[in-house]
Amino acid sequence: MTRARLSAVCVGLSTSGCAGVQSIAPSAGAHTSAFNSLFVVFLVVCGFFYLLVIGFLGAAILRRRRQGEDGVPALFRVWVGLVSLSLVGLALASWLTDRAMASYGDKGPPVRIRLTANQWWWDVEYLGANPSEAVRTANEVHLPIGRPTLIELQSNDVIHSFWVPNLAGKQDLIPGRTEDIALLPRKIGVFRGQCAEFCGAQHAHMALTVVVEPEAQFRSWWRQQQAEAPAPRTPEQLAGMTYVTTRECATCHAIAGTTASASVAPDLTHIASRKTIAAGTLPMSRGGLYAWIADPQGVKPGAHMPYIGLEARQLDAVVAYLETLK
Amino acid sequence: MIARDGPELQGAELHDRLTRTWSRKPGLIGWLSTVDHKEVGRRYIVTAFVFFVLAGVLALIMRTQLARPESGLITADRYNQIFTMHGSTMMFLFAVPVMDAVAIYLIPLMVGARNIAFPRLHAFSYYMYLGGGLMLWIAFALNIGPDIGWFAYTPLSGPEYDPGKRADMWAQMITFTEVAALAVSASIIGTIFKQRAPGMRLDRMPLFVWAMLVVSFMVIFAMPAIALASGFLISDRLVGTQFFNPAEGGDPILWQHMFWFFGHPEVYIIFLPATGFVSQITETFSGRSVFGYPYMVLALVATGLLAFGLWVHHMFATGLPRMGYAFYTAASMTVAIPSGVQIFCWIATIWSGRPRFGVPMLYVIGFIITFVIGGLSGVMVASVPLDLQMHDTYFVVAHFHYVLIGGAVFPLLGVVTYWFPKITGRMMSERLGRWAFGIVFASFHLTFMPMHWTGLMGMPRRVYTYPAGMGWDALNFVSTIGAFGIAIAVILFLVNVFTSYWKGELAGPNPWGGTSLEWATTSPPPPYNFAHVPVVESRTPLWDADGGPLPVMTGLRVDERETLLTTLIDAEPDVREASAEPSIWPLLAAIATSILFVGSVFTPWAVVWGAIPVAIALTAWFWPKRSREPGEEPVIA
Amino acid sequence: MSAPYRFTRDLAELPTHAFGNRSLTWWGVILFMLMEGSGFALAGAAYFILKSHQGTWPPAPLQPPGLLAGTLFTLLILASEIPNTIVKKKAEAEEIAPVRLLLPIMAAIGGLLLVIRAFEFDSLNVMWTDNPYGSIVWALLVLHTTHILTDWFDTVVLTVLMFTQHGPTGKRFVDVSENSLYWRFVWLAWLPIYLLIYWVPRW
Repeated sequence: MTRARLSAVCVGLSTSGCAGVQSIAPSAGAHTSAFNSLFVVFLVVCGFFYLLVIGFLGAAILRRRRQGEDGVPALFRVWVGLVSLSLVGLALASWLTDRAMASYGDKGPPVRIRLTANQWWWDVEYLGANPSEAVRTANEVHLPIGRPTLIELQSNDVIHSFWVPNLAGKQDLIPGRTEDIALLPRKIGVFRGQCAEFCGAQHAHMALTVVVEPEAQFRSWWRQQQAEAPAPRTPEQLAGMTYVTTRECATCHAIAGTTASASVAPDLTHIASRKTIAAGTLPMSRGGLYAWIADPQGVKPGAHMPYIGLEARQLDAVVAYLETLK
Repeated sequence: MIARDGPELQGAELHDRLTRTWSRKPGLIGWLSTVDHKEVGRRYIVTAFVFFVLAGVLALIMRTQLARPESGLITADRYNQIFTMHGSTMMFLFAVPVMDAVAIYLIPLMVGARNIAFPRLHAFSYYMYLGGGLMLWIAFALNIGPDIGWFAYTPLSGPEYDPGKRADMWAQMITFTEVAALAVSASIIGTIFKQRAPGMRLDRMPLFVWAMLVVSFMVIFAMPAIALASGFLISDRLVGTQFFNPAEGGDPILWQHMFWFFGHPEVYIIFLPATGFVSQITETFSGRSVFGYPYMVLALVATGLLAFGLWVHHMFATGLPRMGYAFYTAASMTVAIPSGVQIFCWIATIWSGRPRFGVPMLYVIGFIITFVIGGLSGVMVASVPLDLQMHDTYFVVAHFHYVLIGGAVFPLLGVVTYWFPKITGRMMSERLGRWAFGIVFASFHLTFMPMHWTGLMGMPRRVYTYPAGMGWDALNFVSTIGAFGIAIAVILFLVNVFTSYWKGELAGPNPWGGTSLEWATTSPPPPYNFAHVPVVESRTPLWDADGGPLPVMTGLRVDERETLLTTLIDAEPDVREASAEPSIWPLLAAIATSILFVGSVFTPWAVVWGAIPVAIALTAWFWPKRSREPGEEPVIA
Repeated sequence: MSAPYRFTRDLAELPTHAFGNRSLTWWGVILFMLMEGSGFALAGAAYFILKSHQGTWPPAPLQPPGLLAGTLFTLLILASEIPNTIVKKKAEAEEIAPVRLLLPIMAAIGGLLLVIRAFEFDSLNVMWTDNPYGSIVWALLVLHTTHILTDWFDTVVLTVLMFTQHGPTGKRFVDVSENSLYWRFVWLAWLPIYLLIYWVPRW
């Protein structure tokens, strides 16, 4: 059952199966493309030296005529020279790549995001030009293709690390500091990022959905996220909203347009528009919502979402309401 | 009545009298009181291998959990304890101690000494090491094993995010092993600097002795960093200091600096002794002295120095200044030069020698094939842009297992085979040895080679599970199969050790035709190591003698424990100094210190009250036991 | 065992103890000093790393530590090098009488220093729990105090030993000499710590 569940998360992210949505090989960003080129350089040079070593070792083992050190001291000098020169070359290539990567953030007017890591989820704030454009969501970021995104990284508790391999390398999120990272997406698609610094019990379940889309689509997503939560339409949804905004849920979560405004847990205003639940632990679906709300500690042991013990009718209502939060 | 060895006192009578002087008392108290480096070394080796097996079992549990995606075999909490225990045990209770252990047994023999320097100190070291290991594993059995990773990053390991005693157990285990490692380093440096056989100038020392000299100094400079860091961590947790607390202006990254200032040299503290093993084996099995001896020594020293300039390459993702990164990239890559020199010299030795391919030599070949891959992937992760992707993924897991297993465990298994006859008097089975080597070599690559891809395909480290369909499933499954292959090989190796211990072919003093001094005495060596003080006239003393008479010096007392001190550079005979008698006090001091350390996890007052029994034990340890003729007292350490 | 030997030299005439780098004890003390020295150096580095995160040092509104006790301590420990040098010389000359006279004086100085040290803790104007500044200042002082304490204890034990039958032996004179050497390290290590605790916060 668990396997089916997680495979579903993966299908939720990508229609063509999951392999590659969190990988360095199918590059979708400028940084990862530069990484791939540099990696090939290193691979070729290192491979060359490995062949030299193995060739020499093989020759030494198989050598028939034993005639002392003939030629070895000269070979030694050549070897040391060759190793040193190649290292200088590799260090230079590495440095140039690093410099090039540092400039990707300047290629166009950037989208600005503040990403705050928590045990074990990502708090996402889009910082618009004015406060009315600001958007708060969780565990999912949308990025326009071809335009840099600058992300401010902070942590509310321990050290985490932001890593979307298809787009770029890592940057740690350190409590008490603000770090930043630039992304320059170059391919449309849905990708997966994951916390890369061990951060406690559920480090394994701290994923981030990254949607790279065309500028227009990105803008309409942003506009849609700025809206308040839709009002409930059925009595059941209304009951759900009443429960969510007046009982346990509201002590941690916020839903814009309602009285729920706490901020220690993911913002739920548009939760149903997101692709996963609980930082990539479950796919966004009715079943996923049921599983998560009914038994959070079974799904993600140690997570800060507590077991509430809703009655079946309450659970139905809460799920029915949350499903409307597109 | 003073008696000395010499032409008038040699052979069987000398043997009897020296044995009487250098033996410990029989019985349990005598056993616990020993200061004989061979007994302590054997215990150290056996204990380290027990921890190796335990940590290996943890690895199998982890690999079983990771064989399939979303496996529910063990919980997140248990997994986090297990991977922490695996790393901490392998690094602190196996890899570093086992190198010290082999050195404790072999270094005094290789330099031709009667016993190690500071004999009681090294006995104390063993008990501290054992105490730290027991504390950690008992805590783990009681479900208070650490769950913060072997690196224990703050603030995750701090009082706020790791309440309870788990992180304290980790930090205090560090204190134990650090005391043990520092004590051994002092003994080894003392032995190498002052107790070398006459004529064993610095430029005639076997390369393993050189390696241990460099490593012991590295321990002295690196270990205080982790001692201080774990001390700060414990005080943050126990008495409310604010070193690492960001809320009060403390700095969690300070922990990383201090940890890696120790942690990176640590890798070389494990690797350099292994290069010493490789040099000894290669020399013996190629029938010639190692090519480029001065370069090999330079490479050891250079690696030792460079190792202290690399720690930041573990912290590329923390957002330190970019220019600083470029420096650490360059420094990290520079380490490839001394390693490249060593690899070349070993192969050149084989090339220009007459190699025999016994089991130890197979491990040397396996070492070169494997370690070079780890070294090259190390060059990759030294590059900032590459590391930012590979850091904390399975690529790095692959990299450092290639370095640590390929670079250190393979030579270790080879050298155990090589020195087993010296330690036990019997040969290990060649046939079983070949099988074990073949299986461990193949299984190792089956386990860790796929992890390079697992990492590049985006799988982070230290996750207790992963979703299906990410493209990691098959790779992980293969790694798990490989891990069980390694387990089979280790079992075969141990079976070989046990059967050979009782039934192996008798070895004689020098079964491999080695040239260094440990082969000049019987196998196993008598309690006094050498009947007369051996004299060295070149780098290859036993080959010089060519079966003829060995040059020796005489005149050490045989009725008292006496050892010869020689000068630092040229090893000219200088002083006959007394060597410590067996004593129970190192054990009692270790017990008192352990009580202090464990107690301090629960209350700071343990440091105050616990200091009293420690002071008593140390005073008793240092107090001279009986009066003798002036100037003939036992030394106190 | 039965290998024939070529006897090249009789070592019976060598001395059974020696001072300085000819003795193992000296090397033990030197190595111990290296370990402790790197500990002090790293604590100093930690001090500056923590300092770099603060706008003012000490963080406002804290006052720097009072100077009296620390400066008195520094002057006394510097002065203690005079008897320390003499006792080292006398030990190396293997003269028991001056050693028996001076070792108790050294032990008394150590005791007095410990008393002054207590006032130093009192003059820090900060608790270790207050902030990282308080933590590192206390840590430096505690770290150094353990060295004063252990060397003082060592000196007391050695003093007692020198009055027993074990006293006037070569080996014991070596111990006295190395104890003096270690004391030099203790006060040398203090000087930078004194600057870190008392003067860097005043810059």
